[in-house]
Amino acid sequence: MAVDMSERKTDFGPPHYEQFLPPIIKENYGKWKYHEVLKPGVMVHVSASGARLYTVRAGSPRLISIDKIRNYCDLADKYCGGYLRFTSRHNVEFLLTDQKNIDPLIADLKALGHPVGGIGNAISSIVHTQGWVHCHSAATDASGIVKSVMDELCEYFTSTKLPGKLRIALACCLNMCGAVHCSDIAILGIHRRPPQVKHDRLRKECEIPSVVAACPTAAIRPIMVDGNPSVEILEENCMFCANCYTVCPSLPLNDPLNDGVSIWVGGKVSNARHEPMFSKLAIPFIPNNPPRWPEVVSAVKGLVELWAANARPYERMGEWIERITWPKFFRMAGIEFQKEHIDDFKHAGLTYKRSAQLTR
Amino acid sequence: MAGATYKTPKLDELEKGPWPSFVKEIKMAARRSPMANDLLGQLEKSYTEKIGYWKHGGIVGVMGYGGGVIGRYSQLPEEFPGVSHFHTIRVNQPAGWFYTSKALRGICDMWEKRGSGLTNMHGSTGDIVLLGTVTDQLEPIFAELTATGFDLGGSGSDVRTPSCCCGKARCEWACYDTMAVCYDFTMSFQDELHRPAFPYKYKFKFAGCPNDCVASVARSDMSFIGTWRDDIKVNAEEVKKYVDGGLDIINNVVLNCPGKCMKWDGKKLEIDNDSCRHCMHCINVMPKALAPGDDRGACILIGSKAPIVEGALLSSVLIPFIKMEPPYTEIKEIIERIWDLWCEEGKARERVGEFIQRVGMGNFLEAIEVEPLAEMVAHPRENPYVFYEDYFEEGDEDEDEEEEEG
Ligand code: SF4
Ligand code: SF4
Ligand code: SF4
Ligand code: SF4
Repeated sequence: MAVDMSERKTDFGPPHYEQFLPPIIKENYGKWKYHEVLKPGVMVHVSASGARLYTVRAGSPRLISIDKIRNYCDLADKYCGGYLRFTSRHNVEFLLTDQKNIDPLIADLKALGHPVGGIGNAISSIVHTQGWVHCHSAATDASGIVKSVMDELCEYFTSTKLPGKLRIALACCLNMCGAVHCSDIAILGIHRRPPQVKHDRLRKECEIPSVVAACPTAAIRPIMVDGNPSVEILEENCMFCANCYTVCPSLPLNDPLNDGVSIWVGGKVSNARHEPMFSKLAIPFIPNNPPRWPEVVSAVKGLVELWAANARPYERMGEWIERITWPKFFRMAGIEFQKEHIDDFKHAGLTYKRSAQLTR
Repeated sequence: MAGATYKTPKLDELEKGPWPSFVKEIKMAARRSPMANDLLGQLEKSYTEKIGYWKHGGIVGVMGYGGGVIGRYSQLPEEFPGVSHFHTIRVNQPAGWFYTSKALRGICDMWEKRGSGLTNMHGSTGDIVLLGTVTDQLEPIFAELTATGFDLGGSGSDVRTPSCCCGKARCEWACYDTMAVCYDFTMSFQDELHRPAFPYKYKFKFAGCPNDCVASVARSDMSFIGTWRDDIKVNAEEVKKYVDGGLDIINNVVLNCPGKCMKWDGKKLEIDNDSCRHCMHCINVMPKALAPGDDRGACILIGSKAPIVEGALLSSVLIPFIKMEPPYTEIKEIIERIWDLWCEEGKARERVGEFIQRVGMGNFLEAIEVEPLAEMVAHPRENPYVFYEDYFEEGDEDEDEEEEEG
């Protein structure tokens, strides 16, 4: 390829953020005094100077076309002097200086099909990964489940009637590109069938020592197959982590009959009140049922509404469960406690109940 | 538009309902892009057969960069030729995800010509993700991106694109300038970001306060969480207004305080700041009345990651408090020492958190020349199997005494 390297700039990094800040932010950078949520999805930040910056937050499916980005740009031009931003949870935010523009902007967003909300005691957009749209590892789709769940929970995005914040995340395999493991509710794609060894390809595609080394449970052994080096899987040692598949494409785990979704609850990342916590297993397995995964949707909705009905103000899912205790959670949620709920990896012993403090 | 017209009854179901539909987005892009159109076809097949049809990523990239592009190929190139190559470009987002419409339109125009027209705003690490292009377009894409001021993000075993909360730009709680630090670190580590040379990935995330809006404690090898050392600022009048306005201050604030350090006598809020854990709860509930103190900085934590390979980790405290003032020399020196050690002794695909678990935090600290502190542990060890490195021999004690006296 003929590339003129002398003209070619590299390693100059992202554009400096300052050129993207609206004048009101430049003038009040670091001077904000407080904020108030005015209504669902709308807040005002007030500066020491008295300046008022209004934010309108709208939900987004994360996977968006350039047409949609251009729609956002049109709205930013119309109402915000051409400035806009995105949040860490894929929402789009419009920054306004004129309070009168809030309602027309919300109307335009609604016409575009984007609900306004996700601020305060609400569900924000679901952080998620690629799924069948773009990844080789996926045990389920990401966008389809997210869409189906949010269709059902949209009213909790556009209102602030929940007791506290609720953060849902989805990852379509244990690689967890979205690191969902500290969410109030985590939807996690899982494989349940050991890798199928494609002996003919493995020879060419993979390095056997690194494949063997990749397995955290030592379930992979080198063997000879028809006079050629390959590997075998000790199936009873396999926990379906797909680590081997990541380093070797000839060990696929994807399997329509066995792939599906697990649901985890009670994680958080914020330090407010309780320290950050991992999410814990609630429902070990729900088979994939596209296009709308009704079983996953109703399980998630049930958990949200159970928490909403029982938690105290500000109590996150995990704080509520810790207060009522896990046995009670399982009973209230109508989830059968099974062998799979008990950890058996490293440090599993730390998760056993080591006291006689039990509820009824 | 050339190419097949697919019937997509399953995906069409996902156009219904109140939440914005990604299927509508793909269809919008498919009006002009055969790639997006074939994506629709392949995805419908996945929805029918309940399995994905992507091959393992291949190694593709632009000249001089080892990361930033993820190769992606369909397993069914004959059936869906438009996605036979469907590579992803990661573009380093501006700090805090602020944009002008002009900058975004520039990216859209380029991507209309040279890719599928589909994006993620944004990927999990923080990058702008451009989904779907072919190998021949990579250099022209890079040229057009750089002409508009954008550069590639990280991928593979390198520094991944750092990200941060909006910090001082729009949040009264930011205890340091997250966007400035994020930009500074991104610029300082351009080589590490673009040329994978580590055992595995290394992520930085910058949150302005303990609310940690960017989930740094769960999602970055090095988490910077803003905090303060002096007293919470209290505006007594505003506290009273919250209470008069109906706030149940006892149940919602005082009893929720993890430091058990707040008192409300019906008129006055008292905070025993020595016992405050800087959790943010009371400030979150009464933003007009309370604020973090003025002696602000950050707590730096290390090691969080998702389960692969050895299990998920949360970050743990490395530096309990440090002022975040440019040029951040002390912090960068520690980072360099961590990387030197981890590159030397880490195993392939071993994140720094797992490396620390393997060698032990005590040994790790010693190697990077950081003093152990009680703030670094939830509690001291319970297990008495201590690895002492030295033991005394007859006569040692006398020598020690002599030294002390001399
Ligand atoms: S979570 Fe797994 S399947 Fe999903 S995008 Fe990441 S690596 Fe791919
Ligand atoms: S999936 Fe995980 S546990 Fe199973 S063989 Fe592969 S690496 Fe080992
Ligand atoms: S992390 Fe703290 S400072 Fe940053 S945006 Fe969130 S609340 Fe504000
Ligand atoms: S910040 Fe947290 S620990 Fe400190 S006084 Fe407020 S509620 Fe208590």
